[in-house]
Amino acid sequence: MLVVEDVQFTYPSGVEALKGVSLTVKDGEFVAIMGQNGAGKTTLVKHFNGLLKPTRGSVRVNNVDTSKSSVATLARHVGFVFQNPDHQLFCETVDDEIAFALKNFGYEQCIIEKRITWAVNLLGLSQYRKTSPFMLSGGERKRVALASVLAWDPQILVLDEPTIGQDHRQKENLRQFIMQLQTQGKTIVIVTHDVEFVAECNPRVVLMREGKILADGQGKQILTNPTLLEQASIVLPQIAQIFKHLTTQGFPVNIIDIYEAKNLLMEKLEERKHECL
Amino acid sequence: MPIIETKNLSYTYPSASRPAILDVSIKVEKGEFVLITGPSGCGKTTLCRTFNGLIPHFYQGELKGEIIVAGKDAKNHPTVEMAEHVGMVFQNPENQLFALSVEKDVAFGLENLGFSREEMRKRVNWALKLAGIYDLRERSPHEMSGGQQQRVAIAAVLAMQPEIIVLDEPTSFLDPLSAEKIFEVIYDLNQKLGITVVLVEHRLDLTAKYADHIIIMDEGKICFDGNTREVLSKQETRLIGVGIPKATLLYEMLKKEGARLSNKTPLCSRELADIIQEALK
Repeated sequence: MLVVEDVQFTYPSGVEALKGVSLTVKDGEFVAIMGQNGAGKTTLVKHFNGLLKPTRGSVRVNNVDTSKSSVATLARHVGFVFQNPDHQLFCETVDDEIAFALKNFGYEQCIIEKRITWAVNLLGLSQYRKTSPFMLSGGERKRVALASVLAWDPQILVLDEPTIGQDHRQKENLRQFIMQLQTQGKTIVIVTHDVEFVAECNPRVVLMREGKILADGQGKQILTNPTLLEQASIVLPQIAQIFKHLTTQGFPVNIIDIYEAKNLLMEKLEERKHECL
Repeated sequence: MPIIETKNLSYTYPSASRPAILDVSIKVEKGEFVLITGPSGCGKTTLCRTFNGLIPHFYQGELKGEIIVAGKDAKNHPTVEMAEHVGMVFQNPENQLFALSVEKDVAFGLENLGFSREEMRKRVNWALKLAGIYDLRERSPHEMSGGQQQRVAIAAVLAMQPEIIVLDEPTSFLDPLSAEKIFEVIYDLNQKLGITVVLVEHRLDLTAKYADHIIIMDEGKICFDGNTREVLSKQETRLIGVGIPKATLLYEMLKKEGARLSNKTPLCSRELADIIQEALK
């Protein structure tokens, strides 16, 4: 469990990035943190593994106060995948990259080997095991960063902008992958601008604006509220946009799922057809 | 005459075992808004690098076939010369920005082309305002967020007012509303000034509506090339893993279930909403 209580954070430059944020994420939850550039999203999640410590307030991970613990200790519970994989990768080969943290955690070689095999297979990287991460494409490097974190099996996984540079198919893989992790009881927190991706996953959405939480609720509710979204500099997902344009036709407004949309529209079109007959 | 034309263009990066683009023949007419899309690693970025001669002059490797941009053979003209015609915004803004202030970064291209101080100031301010970063002009690009850096890179290209603007996922770090505003600015320049736009994007939900021409690539080859509406209504495009706009997909699902809707495939929510309203009349 992740408990953030009234956290305020000021960078050394004097910028007040978080102005009193409270948030509880339960085990097994899937949360998307969204909001405009500079809203404090990344600053907030960097508190989850102790990379940043609150100026005021507290963050507790599984009842451990992050101010009283090191990043190395917290990392066992919280895996962090950065926005830019280049800020995270540094080893000569993909294998070494994944092995690095495992060695630091003191796992035996045979376990390390098994974990690497598991992680590269999971993320479709098995053909690159002996390749330098820097020879790979941006999307592939992102998957290496993810593999290296998953390999040590943290309970909480934080992914900062996981869909940037990923094509349609890779996003679908990522979505299924997140679902799979959820069935294993993992807690997943993503920071993202990708409304279409969030609309497809329908997780809990936390909207941020200017260092504060603006709204917190199910994706379906938040992503269909144009007033809230505008304040967070987010556009409605395309399905919700369609229904916004059709409000005069008496459709419900909180639709983000394409199948639900199809059924509602079909119903109405059939009705109209019968009226005409 | 097309403003960009390639004939049987193939290119292999140094030390790569297979070509990144293979036998690519495309034509882009002056004033078009072209969208290039396709799965990661399909060769989109590589193709764009040939437009201003970065390939082969900077990347070297083996280039075969023809590439003519703004009437010049890009193989025989150095990138500095091609840059007068083609402005590029790269995927990762960090690779493109180097000056100590935003203003200087945006002015750099103009300085190199020998513009007067007055003209430079005018153009730089114009570009900074269009990109929404006028207030940040004295900041250092390296202290800025990814999204702000992308705005700087875009402003630097706009200031040059080149005939062709090539943008490779230019708004990936921006929040959706800011991304939409940037696309509107680019579309406006395309419509009003007739600047040819080549946009590389995965997110067709956001961009298909702007493009009159779409090119879909896979494994280094051109798979589809034509009018955006026609290409995106082809079922075969679904097999490549291109992110077809939700409005287009929903329209197809309705048609498949027997809904009587207009035959004009929609590319955005507004268009589909109009089609449905028409059908409900």
